[in-house]
Amino acid sequence: MKNNWWKILAVLLLVFTVVAGMLSDVPRLAILNETIRNLYFHVPMWFGMILILFVSVVYSIKYLRNPTVKNDVIAYEAAKVGILFGVLGIITGMEWARFTWGEYWSNDPKQNASAIGLLIYFAYIVLRSSFNEQQQRARISAVYNVFAFAALIPLLFILPRLTDSLHPGNGGNPGFNSYDMDSSLRIVFYPAVLGWTLLGIWIVNVKSRLEILRQRLYENA
Amino acid sequence: MLFKEVLYLVKKDLVLEWRQKYAFNGMLLYVSSTVFVCFLSFGMRSGVLDAPVWNALLWIILLFTSVNAIAKSFMQENRGRLLYFYSIVSPQGVILAKIVYNTLLMLVLALICFVFYALVLGNPVDDIPMFLLSLVLGAIGFSTSLTMISGIASKASNNGTLMAVLSFPVIVPMLLMLIKISKNAMDGLERSSSLDELLTLLAINMIVVTVSYILFPYLWRS
Repeated sequence: MKNNWWKILAVLLLVFTVVAGMLSDVPRLAILNETIRNLYFHVPMWFGMILILFVSVVYSIKYLRNPTVKNDVIAYEAAKVGILFGVLGIITGMEWARFTWGEYWSNDPKQNASAIGLLIYFAYIVLRSSFNEQQQRARISAVYNVFAFAALIPLLFILPRLTDSLHPGNGGNPGFNSYDMDSSLRIVFYPAVLGWTLLGIWIVNVKSRLEILRQRLYENA
Repeated sequence: MLFKEVLYLVKKDLVLEWRQKYAFNGMLLYVSSTVFVCFLSFGMRSGVLDAPVWNALLWIILLFTSVNAIAKSFMQENRGRLLYFYSIVSPQGVILAKIVYNTLLMLVLALICFVFYALVLGNPVDDIPMFLLSLVLGAIGFSTSLTMISGIASKASNNGTLMAVLSFPVIVPMLLMLIKISKNAMDGLERSSSLDELLTLLAINMIVVTVSYILFPYLWRS
């Protein structure tokens, strides 16, 4: 129970996010209207993705310094959960874009950058599956993981800022800061980010424990 | 010490290249036949391409050329020679030497490709020095990031496919910048308008070289 408090916290935060996110008062803005509630679901996905991919990179670096099965498994599972968050982020973003920009995919720099970012991590999965030997697979995919993360940073944080974009926060569109006046959004937004990220870490935790147990079983069988 | 090693390894690669002439001539033929295919499939009807199409086509040809040229950089080394290097030089020396060598190779190929392409498909470029600068930066950028990727791919079994899968996503940001710079140069815009992209491109190159320098020893060991 002592070690599980954060799981309970995650559940409580997510229940709060869903309930308050759907029912609470939001600012009435033109075009956005009720879609502003997507802030509680779409934006935390990207925050969660970056954080969980960062966890993956940290474990890849740890693997390179200290090659254990545990570090490799955690890096892999975290990358997979990061991809899951990224896919959900793209889907929620596309749904939102359908009602505000008029189309699911309007060739926006941010949409393109996130699609490319996902391609990088799909390539990571393909790379992993092309090795048979466990140690070689672990080491080389760790190298690629670090390399890919270094390439992802300019893609997600620098390039979209150089070009005009329809996305909130770019090209003169209102970003997160212009909602400053309305603290009611923040009351739900911060718990949402924390809740979704904790959920992601929980999934990584369960999946990597399962994977480590499975490998141990195969070894002994 | 490291500098001497790099110099020596680059010299070795150049001499090998000069003796075999296999990779370079192969790539030359690859470039010219691709350009010619483009000419046949585009140029026959109207004779002149739109500027954006011209630009995009050139960069796509260059991208595929560099992927094919650089994919060889680690595959052509046989096991025994790699083992020999492993015992006498440092991994940092190897990756830096490969990057330098591939950059030289790509510079030559990119310039030849541009000249041939401009001859065959017409030359709508307004600001040629700026366009050449974007070509040079492109050659450097492609070779820095692809060298590391080819090192990774050469360890896997089906490395041809893997090379493309791994490299394209990593190279797309670079390609977008390059296409923008070269488009600005084609339209003869003021040079200051491409400054942002130039700096970002240089920064990406720095990141890639640094990361390759740090990571290659781990790759080398396996």
